[in-house]
Amino acid sequence: MMTIALYITLALVGVAVLLNVYRLVQGPDAPDRILALDTLYINGIALVILLDLVLGTRLYLEVALLMAVMGFVGTVAMAKYLKRGSVIE
Amino acid sequence: MESLPFVAELIISALLVSGGFFSLVGALGLSRLPDFYARLHGPTKATTLGVGSVVIASMMYFTLKTGEVAIAEVLVTLFLFLTAPVSANILAKAAMHQQVKCMKDTRGQPWSQ
Amino acid sequence: MTAARFGFPQPWLSVALFIVWQFLADGVTGASVVMGLILGIVIPQITRQFWPDSPRMQKPWVLVRYLVVVLYDIVVASVTVTILILSPRQPRSAFVSYPLKLEHPLGITILASTISLTPGTVSADVSDDGTLLLIHALDVDDDAELIRSIHQRYEKPLLEMFR
Repeated sequence: MMTIALYITLALVGVAVLLNVYRLVQGPDAPDRILALDTLYINGIALVILLDLVLGTRLYLEVALLMAVMGFVGTVAMAKYLKRGSVIE
Repeated sequence: MESLPFVAELIISALLVSGGFFSLVGALGLSRLPDFYARLHGPTKATTLGVGSVVIASMMYFTLKTGEVAIAEVLVTLFLFLTAPVSANILAKAAMHQQVKCMKDTRGQPWSQ
Repeated sequence: MTAARFGFPQPWLSVALFIVWQFLADGVTGASVVMGLILGIVIPQITRQFWPDSPRMQKPWVLVRYLVVVLYDIVVASVTVTILILSPRQPRSAFVSYPLKLEHPLGITILASTISLTPGTVSADVSDDGTLLLIHALDVDDDAELIRSIHQRYEKPLLEMFR
């Protein structure tokens, strides 16, 4: 049962990633694209955790942690660039 | 995956599927809501909760499988819940600065930056 | 500056760092306790310059009740937003200016983050004098009702803590 649930979840998150990519390509304005990238990295974390479950190891946990940290910094840097025109003042 | 007691499998499966469902809903909101400010709502709530429940499911699975408490995953969830409002806020500010259009029947106005 | 060189300038930060290190080390062992203590002492000393004044919090037990309410609301909020996203009708969005009664910066930060995580609202900006909070609501009919419910549910307990 758990294996089936795991693959259903993988499919759902995969579709979510495709929808994010649609918004990333389509997005009329720059903030839309940043928001799409933000959602994309959060879904990427979910995919890494699911990969952990498929392989039955906890090796990739640090990857998920680093993605959470770096993705947040990236989102803030891009939004700050849009607002101010520079990242570090 | 190794088999666990039935109740544990049931809870983990439910958490996994609901996590995937919420991630999908967040992405759906991102792709079909009409303006930027409305699209901001999907990812900050639904996607964060979705990843949170996937992470909790993984934590329960590894705790039951190895018999040792697996708590490092909590940090991922905690960090996402702390950062989601901050990135939503700064994105909203950037959008107001760029004067992104809102829906035509929106009441009130964004402030000028 | 030199008076508290070996003390704990930020006791709550030290506690938080210690607990987070236990989580990161995946369980409490002798090594992780020692390392957590070292980090809890050294990092607040190094970053002393970034924290102008230590946040003063009264009645910390109110915070626990507040966190439970917020966690419950996050789950309810996600279901509400889910229904809204899946329904075909257009949402009625609005920008609402919320008059802040809180004055403590940390209190305002916590309130804004809570608003972003809970039912159909994202906090977008704080006015320069710190008296107004701009909120974007995804689907709302009555602005006054929204302001009243936020005040009742979130700002009241925060006013008790930060004074």
